[in-house]
Amino acid sequence: MIKLMRYLRGYKLESVVGPLFKFFEACLELLVPIVMARVIDVGVKNGDSGYILRMGAVLAAFALSGVVCALTAQYFAAKASMGFGTKLRADLYRHVNRLSFAELDTAGAPTLITRLTSDANQAQASINLTLRLLLRSPFIVLGAIAMAFTIDARLTLIFIGATALLGLCVFFVMRATIPLYRRIQSRLDRVSRLTRESLSGARVIRAFSRQASEKADYEAETGELLRAQVRAGRLSALLNPATSAIVNAAIALLVWQGGYRVFAGGITQGEVVALVNYMTQILVALLALSNLIVQMARGSASAARLNELFALRPSIVDGPGAQTVESANAVEFQHVSFRYPGAGAPSLADVSFAAPRGSTIGVIGGTGSGKSTLVNLIPRLYDATEGSVKVFGADVKQYRLRELRGRIGVAPQRAALFRGTIRENLQWGKPGATDEEITRALAVAQAADFVFASPEGLDRHIEQGGRNLSGGQRQRLTIARALVGEPDILILDDSASALDYATDARLRRAIRENTRDMTVFIVSQRVSSIRQADAILVLDDAHLAGVGTHEALMRDCAVYREIALSQEKEAKA
Amino acid sequence: MKRKTLLRILRFARPHMPYIALSLVMAVASVSMTLYAPVLIGDAVDQIIGPGNVDFAGVLAILVRLIWVVAAGAVATWLMGLCTNRAAYSTAREIRKSAFETLENVPLSYIDGRRHGDVISRVVTDVDQISDGLLIGFTQLFSGVVTIVGTLIFMFGLNVRITLIVILVTPISLLVANFVARRTFSMFKAQSETRGEMTSLVEETVGGQNVVKVFSREESCEARFDEINERLRVCGIRALFFSSITNPCTRFVNSIVYACVGVFGAIAAISGSLSVGMLTCFLTYANQYTKPFNEIAGVAAELQSAIASAARVFELIDAPWQEPDAPDAQPLARADGSVEIRDVAFSYRQDVPLIENLNLAAQPGQRIAIVGPTGCGKTTIINLLMRFYDVNRGEIRVSGRDARSLPRDNLRAQFGMVLQDTWLKTGTIRENIAYGRPDATEEEIIFAARAAHADGFIRRLPQGYDTMVSDEEGGLSQGQRQLLCIARVMLTLPPMLILDEATSSIDTRTESLIQRAFDRMMQGRTSFIVAHRLSTIRGADCILVMRDGHIVEQGRHEELLEKGGFYAELYNSQFAP
Repeated sequence: MIKLMRYLRGYKLESVVGPLFKFFEACLELLVPIVMARVIDVGVKNGDSGYILRMGAVLAAFALSGVVCALTAQYFAAKASMGFGTKLRADLYRHVNRLSFAELDTAGAPTLITRLTSDANQAQASINLTLRLLLRSPFIVLGAIAMAFTIDARLTLIFIGATALLGLCVFFVMRATIPLYRRIQSRLDRVSRLTRESLSGARVIRAFSRQASEKADYEAETGELLRAQVRAGRLSALLNPATSAIVNAAIALLVWQGGYRVFAGGITQGEVVALVNYMTQILVALLALSNLIVQMARGSASAARLNELFALRPSIVDGPGAQTVESANAVEFQHVSFRYPGAGAPSLADVSFAAPRGSTIGVIGGTGSGKSTLVNLIPRLYDATEGSVKVFGADVKQYRLRELRGRIGVAPQRAALFRGTIRENLQWGKPGATDEEITRALAVAQAADFVFASPEGLDRHIEQGGRNLSGGQRQRLTIARALVGEPDILILDDSASALDYATDARLRRAIRENTRDMTVFIVSQRVSSIRQADAILVLDDAHLAGVGTHEALMRDCAVYREIALSQEKEAKA
Repeated sequence: MKRKTLLRILRFARPHMPYIALSLVMAVASVSMTLYAPVLIGDAVDQIIGPGNVDFAGVLAILVRLIWVVAAGAVATWLMGLCTNRAAYSTAREIRKSAFETLENVPLSYIDGRRHGDVISRVVTDVDQISDGLLIGFTQLFSGVVTIVGTLIFMFGLNVRITLIVILVTPISLLVANFVARRTFSMFKAQSETRGEMTSLVEETVGGQNVVKVFSREESCEARFDEINERLRVCGIRALFFSSITNPCTRFVNSIVYACVGVFGAIAAISGSLSVGMLTCFLTYANQYTKPFNEIAGVAAELQSAIASAARVFELIDAPWQEPDAPDAQPLARADGSVEIRDVAFSYRQDVPLIENLNLAAQPGQRIAIVGPTGCGKTTIINLLMRFYDVNRGEIRVSGRDARSLPRDNLRAQFGMVLQDTWLKTGTIRENIAYGRPDATEEEIIFAARAAHADGFIRRLPQGYDTMVSDEEGGLSQGQRQLLCIARVMLTLPPMLILDEATSSIDTRTESLIQRAFDRMMQGRTSFIVAHRLSTIRGADCILVMRDGHIVEQGRHEELLEKGGFYAELYNSQFAP
């Protein structure tokens, strides 16, 4: 939690003023028993009702100033804690955006999402309570002890003893509950995951009629959550009665010892009443505190998870800026190997090739042979484990990421679109692209007809993930998105798989005709999609099994021949 | 409206009434002990009059009793805590279960048309908010009310006049609480909506990080995020501030009550109608009496937020379920494989017609290939065959029976489906393959994996069949995931098959092996294939050529080629350079 305090930095004034006014309010509250003691010892003893009324007015004035102080404090606390939350979320989001795939793969998207939303909220709520209430309790406790000291130093020992006992009690309960709250949160993550699956897997679940068992899983998981919650509750429910019992025992001791002091003439009856009142104030303050501890425990569990996320460092960062040689090969791999973190076998092993500027490169190979990995290294989504990847003569690590990725257009395997209009989605490829540029890209991507078939055209709304489009439509829009920016290098990562042959063929022809200087990588399963390429990279189990034109490979490369023949046979079948 | 929502929350709490009742009893016990303690303390103070005038024996006797009372009160408070915890969290669980049940029973159009992040935040975050509200409601509302009533009774017992003064000031407290609570509700609602919006954005852009990265769109996503974040900040400050002013306001009223009791009590003490000890006791009560108002006000704020959340959750729970299976629905033992589509019309949106007058008769064991340009409605046919969506007009007959007259589960069990979207459940590979038949033996699972040519790569994974997979995590390639989906169907072997572009990202070598397995599996099984593969199309008993939601041509490959129509154009274009 303390580490996250840096997000309060911009709200220094608020985070000081809030507790300060709380402090004023507490001071006023602490003066009340003294005033009451005077009422008893002076007013009642002397039968002076005028004095009593004057003191009553003083109490009313305290109340009024108290409420003004409190409202001020609440306002600043709200402002500071929301400011804290806002900055924290903004920073978290930026942090997640900066992480590289290696880290994203390990953390997993759902975890990141809960951390950004519910964990950040918990931390924010804790800060708010800290500013608002948590500081108030210690003020009152310490203040009450100080006031007691002014009345009778010896009886103050009872206060100190009781407070120490209370402090220990709070400490131990808190220490025991924090891990329990962490467990609750991880159970909650699983409930959230099951909910997500029931949405994303609705078709499969229903196709196999597994609704009942999904429900049973869900019930079991929520049952586990309940058990964890009840366990944590059992401990935290102990705090309230324990503190109350300690304080009342202290009061009993106070009255007992106070009796001796009064007997000896050390203090007055009114002062005993004041001491009892201070003890009660400590109790009230600590009860408020113990209720807050639950929130604090949750908050600190969340804060720990947030710090864990902040501790992840992006493994891919900007280079110093690259000196590119425009005459050089667009892309060049030199003895590149790549292994996913934690994976046993490499996904690419010692791959070398060069793609001249303006050429079309086909990439073919079996499932898991490393095709996607190969093209992912070009925009530096991952860094090669060994060897070097060069783009226009410069190592990709030299580039600033924005500079490198700005020259590359990618249509990924899993076509992801975003909520918004078609226009907004295509402008991802080139911020501020005109309708003309967008229309041109759509035409090349063979998407113009279906986009303009709908009356909304470019204004047509796309749901999250493009759910309101078919797979083929999504793919063509992602291709158009990659084309809009007229990148120097275009990567189509098996991004036409949902297209039928005719559309696929038209698409390839259009790309060839419209992208003279563009270097194009086409990753595909189909020989027909890549046979026209200037060079074809044949991958087989992470190794480069052959490079060359279709004809050359048919002659020299056994793996390629096998693939091609199996498809040709099928075409003739 | 709000009251209805609250009552509905309580209905979910009904099964846990014993806990709530016990909690109430304990609240009464705990409060009476707490109220009795000041009386004892006051009595003890009265024994301490001044120098040389203290009744030590009397003080001791009272204090011993005080200790017992306090101990009993502490036990009661703890038990109350346990009961309310259980009741609140169990109720939250009931609500979650009900929401989940809805998700399993709504028509797919509901799921397809919703932002998933929003639904998840309702089921997770909003329900949490409800349980927090209940927890505080049960604990503080109960004991608060009991404390108020108990204090009044004790105070009347001590001094009627001063008690009346206290009662006179009370309504101010209530008014303040009510004023604030009303305002807070709408602010919490706005905050909760803005949060939902943010969750959706985060889900979308974190899930689609690869695209965000390759287009260097980090900054513009951040700009959008900042915009929502700023709105959240503004409405959050308002909600937070308003919900937190109840406390100081009621505390103010509290202090005024305290001053009144002090003044009038002291004057009464002068006249001798009240002892100093009893005045102490009264002052403690004055504190305790308004404290519950304070708490109730706090509870009101928390409850407002809980009710705002509950309204969102109930909206989800109230989503209309899909039309239930006909009461007289008779399951088919095993479909013979004949499927007849008669005059079917269907569209997702009423204003955009999609499929009209669709007719098709598939004989048992036939292969029906569905081809056509992308977006022409091929996958819609799958949605209709599986009854993910119901036809608007016409009917689909399976084994001569209207599909709507069969129980959905029974109908779906007749189809084996492999979709383009390779969804896997979080769990081991073994569990995923056995998803359609959880009771399958190890041999059967391995046999199915072999048949789908998935066994090889599974065995190469470090944990083999025990490897954990999930829908989000990227341990497996798209092709490997597809192989698992195929294995999943291989295990159930239903009489009819639906294949949706299933083999599009599996390499050709594997694909040809799978094709052979499929061919074997398709023997005697009616299959619907949204196909790109030539061999599938050529081998099909019937090709449906679709265009813009209509079946424009229908027949065998050779017939269609001869006809020289749209199909011929499609077919020939694939050889175009």
